[in-house]
Amino acid sequence: MKQYANVVTAYLIMIGLIILVGVFQSWNIALAILNFCLISAVMTMGANIQWGYAGLINFGIMGFTALGGLAAVLISVPPVKEAWQVGGLSMLFCLVIIVLIVFSVRYVLKNFKNAKRKNIYVAAIIIAGLIILRIISGPAIDSIEAVEPAKTGFLGGLGLPIIFSWIAGAFFAAGLAYIIGKVALGLRADYLAIATLLISEIVIAVIKHEDWLARGVKNVIGLKRPVPYEVDLQSEQWFINLVAKWNSGTLDLISTTTEKQAALAQLVIESSSVFVKLCYSGLFIIVVAILLIVTQKALYSPWGRMMRAIRDNEEAANAMGKNVVKQHLLIFVLGSAIVGIAGAMMVTHDGLFTPGSYRPLRYTFLIWVMVIIGGSGNNFGAVLGGFAVWFLWIEAAPIALFLINFFTYSLAETNAFKLHLIESVPYFRFLMMGIGLLLIMRYRPKGILPEKIIKQ
Amino acid sequence: MDFVNAIILLLNYIIVPALSYGSQLALGAIFVTLIYGILRFANFATGDMMSFGTMFAVLLTWYFQSLGISLGVLPTALLTIPFAIIMMILYMLTIDKFVFSYYRMKKSPSVMLAMVSIGVMFVTQAIVRIIIGPFDRRFFDGERFILKANEFKEMTGLNEGLTVKSTQVLTIIITAIVVSILFWFLNKTKTGKSMRAYSDNEDLALLSGIDPKRVVMITWMIAGILATIGGVLYGLDKSFKPFTYFNNMLPIFAAAIVGGIGNPFGAFLGGYVIAFSEIFITYAYKKFFMYVLPESMEPNSLIQLLSTDYKFAVSFSILVIVLLFRPSGIFKGKVL
Repeated sequence: MKQYANVVTAYLIMIGLIILVGVFQSWNIALAILNFCLISAVMTMGANIQWGYAGLINFGIMGFTALGGLAAVLISVPPVKEAWQVGGLSMLFCLVIIVLIVFSVRYVLKNFKNAKRKNIYVAAIIIAGLIILRIISGPAIDSIEAVEPAKTGFLGGLGLPIIFSWIAGAFFAAGLAYIIGKVALGLRADYLAIATLLISEIVIAVIKHEDWLARGVKNVIGLKRPVPYEVDLQSEQWFINLVAKWNSGTLDLISTTTEKQAALAQLVIESSSVFVKLCYSGLFIIVVAILLIVTQKALYSPWGRMMRAIRDNEEAANAMGKNVVKQHLLIFVLGSAIVGIAGAMMVTHDGLFTPGSYRPLRYTFLIWVMVIIGGSGNNFGAVLGGFAVWFLWIEAAPIALFLINFFTYSLAETNAFKLHLIESVPYFRFLMMGIGLLLIMRYRPKGILPEKIIKQ
Repeated sequence: MDFVNAIILLLNYIIVPALSYGSQLALGAIFVTLIYGILRFANFATGDMMSFGTMFAVLLTWYFQSLGISLGVLPTALLTIPFAIIMMILYMLTIDKFVFSYYRMKKSPSVMLAMVSIGVMFVTQAIVRIIIGPFDRRFFDGERFILKANEFKEMTGLNEGLTVKSTQVLTIIITAIVVSILFWFLNKTKTGKSMRAYSDNEDLALLSGIDPKRVVMITWMIAGILATIGGVLYGLDKSFKPFTYFNNMLPIFAAAIVGGIGNPFGAFLGGYVIAFSEIFITYAYKKFFMYVLPESMEPNSLIQLLSTDYKFAVSFSILVIVLLFRPSGIFKGKVL
């Protein structure tokens, strides 16, 4: 138990901070922070598997997150029948052509020896395929996007409960990761970082501009929730009773019945949104717990030991007969799949999919800050990093405002310098992240909770 | 006559814009490549460092304008570049002293330094936004056009107009001057040679008495000059917005890698490769073919290989292809 003392303390402090926000700001904000902390924790676990276990740099986290979000749209939105009628068949045909291209390229790569001729054939197949795709898909896309462009204008999804998208998101991300891994994992570390960063930008560009797929920058809103809606809750008798019971202390103090009724109604509205957030927290905690157990088991299994061996000395592991390339690919796919889950969870929580909001700073670099600060190679560290950094990211503005007021209290309210500082409060979060990262890298390079090897 | 029209069309919409955009990328790419070749890490703070330098140029331009100092037809910003460069170099040397030098002493792996540069990126971004704000700033003054479409049409009697912005010409001329001086410096002077030696083989360079501190300092100074000039030229041509500068890091990286990272001449050419391919592939050639082909063969569609939405994606795909088939870049040759 003693070896877990610092883990427990760190987590208690984190929970205490969130409770403080609940007490001093509001429970709604506190739970919103908690939910996003949990989502960030899932993302960091994915990145930590790749970086901490195997030493692979994946700067494409944004792309996998977006793919998870796309899965949420494609699973939960009901199919747009009209769009399928006008262009569905052509799009399916395009899919077949893509599969054909992939297989013919594979065939050429396998069965032709002459390197120069091979490249020419592959290029010819791909270019010809792209031209055919363009000819077939062009009119189909136009007609799909013409179907009620203000409301739909895309093919829609499967109309299943959105919770399935968490699994689908994992598969989407894993698929992309497999392709990237196949072609790019042989690159040197910093090249891999740049390549994945740019590939994730390409993914975002495709999602943004292929309107027939998920409406692009027109956004998909009003996704179905896995938890009750606030409006429905407010009219449910059992929920009103629950709120009345929970707050019986405050309600009893009010004497008149009409005032009591008004106070209760207010309380019901407030607690309905808290209740919804709590439901989300419950779902997310289940995911985080499952992932933590599985990753923790994996870390201390023979497979985990092998991964560490590969990370620490690739050549030696190779000499021992471990297939480094295969294991790297496996772990790249696994980690990306976890990030995909987080992407689907986030879209589920928000209820909307906005491709324009995916920016590398927020979805790639911030996640990396979490991993490094939390402690790479340690799952509890990664989760803690997700919590701590997200908490700071949200609470940076109030903290900065407080500090500015504290240090400039002698200046007049209308002082131009003070006003300018207060105006730029939102940007202090970048400063805090940067300084936090630099300090941790300098003085505690293994993170808050460093990797610990337990001898068995 | 139609043929001349077609050429003017290409010049107007592809070649002139691509040349100026390519020059801006080239300066950034040489900056990335120098840092990679001598300090041995991928600098993710590239875009934000460029915006830091440009920020000073913008602020000084406003100050000079309020004093009434101007260069007449040329933009006032040109006058501020030397001051901005000094501030930029001071900032870079401070960062190097307090952040990067520690990891260099410890001989940390380059990945570690790249991570540290992400911290620097966050800090620089915050400083720029706190000082000047996240908004779009225009600081161009002076004569906007050298050649206007209408004037050109009247002058030559052609159907197609040719517009040449003064910023485009300035960009190309200044880039040519800066890059020639840089290559002369690297190839002909003793300091430049010592930098190349250090990049080639650190231990051997140390043995032959090259002072590493001096090499590092000069590298940051050159980097500061390149970053500021590249940033100011981009800002003059388009506008200054911190977020765009951060995003520009991506095509700049693409240019540096396409040219073979660590190879300044490659990076220089890489900038143009990226710029030209972006514009070539996303341009709609309908009008061009209308001029070139006989009337019966005129195309109905736009003849656009990819929609302009995929402008960035084009350069990144080129980069990925290059990384896969020739990880050392398309231009072979000596490193640095």
